[in-house]
Amino acid sequence: MTPVLFLAQRLSAVVLAAAVAVHLATIFYAVRGGLTAGDILARTHGSLGVFAFYSVFVLAVAVHAPIGLRNVIREWTPWRGRSLDAILIAFALMLLALGLRAVIAVCVA
Amino acid sequence: MAADHDTITVEVWRGAAKGAFQTFCVPRRPNQTVLDVVTEIQREQDPTLSYRFACRVGMCGSCAMTVNGRPRWTCRTRVSQAAADGDTLRLEPLRNFTVVKDLAVEMNAFFDKWRDARGAFEPAPQVPADFAVVPPATPARQAADAAIECIGCGVCYAACDVVAWDPDYLGPAALNRAWTLVNDVRDAAPKERLAAVAGDSGCQCCHTHMSCTSFCPKAIAPTYSIAGLKRAVLWGTLTGGAPR
Repeated sequence: MTPVLFLAQRLSAVVLAAAVAVHLATIFYAVRGGLTAGDILARTHGSLGVFAFYSVFVLAVAVHAPIGLRNVIREWTPWRGRSLDAILIAFALMLLALGLRAVIAVCVA
Repeated sequence: MAADHDTITVEVWRGAAKGAFQTFCVPRRPNQTVLDVVTEIQREQDPTLSYRFACRVGMCGSCAMTVNGRPRWTCRTRVSQAAADGDTLRLEPLRNFTVVKDLAVEMNAFFDKWRDARGAFEPAPQVPADFAVVPPATPARQAADAAIECIGCGVCYAACDVVAWDPDYLGPAALNRAWTLVNDVRDAAPKERLAAVAGDSGCQCCHTHMSCTSFCPKAIAPTYSIAGLKRAVLWGTLTGGAPR
């Protein structure tokens, strides 16, 4: 792992540790008295805070997961080089696209 | 070949990558080392047995083998430490090395990685006017001192799971050596050395399993050296410099 990837993985992990905690705590708090999907969407639509929070969350996932997957593949298989990096960049972009699509659906659409 | 309390049953790997264990029976003696046992087999029972040793006193790093599943320096390992009374002694070549024959392994790849990690002192282009004074109490000197006593036996390399997974990984010994030089204020190539250990198979690959530290016969802690390299590389990446 190069220093830049190492740094990106550690920094994204810091973001994820906070984001996952906030995400789970919010779910438990919000649904404690029962909540429908319609109620949730009514609260999240137009919320700049939710949009910003989950955008950062998705970005951290898109950075963190492919780097970790790259390490696992390099250690457990002989796959190396540009083809591996290209596939994992595509994987990162896919995570980013799917994640942001979900954020937009919850906050904007 | 049954062993009583006066003898030790010894299973020795014979062959190279492919081979089999051969069983010997050796008299048990007071304070007998594992190397004594191997030497006795080779001299008294089977002169075709191949193994490597030189100093017999824990200085040269030649005689490391896998003893009952653990990498050890055999000249300083007593049979009583490795196998309790009546237990079989099982001797294999070091893991993560190419076996030449029996208990002798090829160490080229291991030492090539010392070179790749720039494990040689780089002098300044100009000869300094006077001796460099390196006070023993300075943190850099103490960090170098803690890691300097490596004898290159390969025990840490054999113990390392990351080496087993990624044959390109520089390994604990080469990285430990690089760390001593990163902390050598006289060295003239700190940037180049950090670049050498920062690659895809460099210090960041270490999972901190600490097998190297656990098994090192010289009680060196390569894990801490590698952690130091990670910090230095990270700091160098952020600042563009070569931190000491």
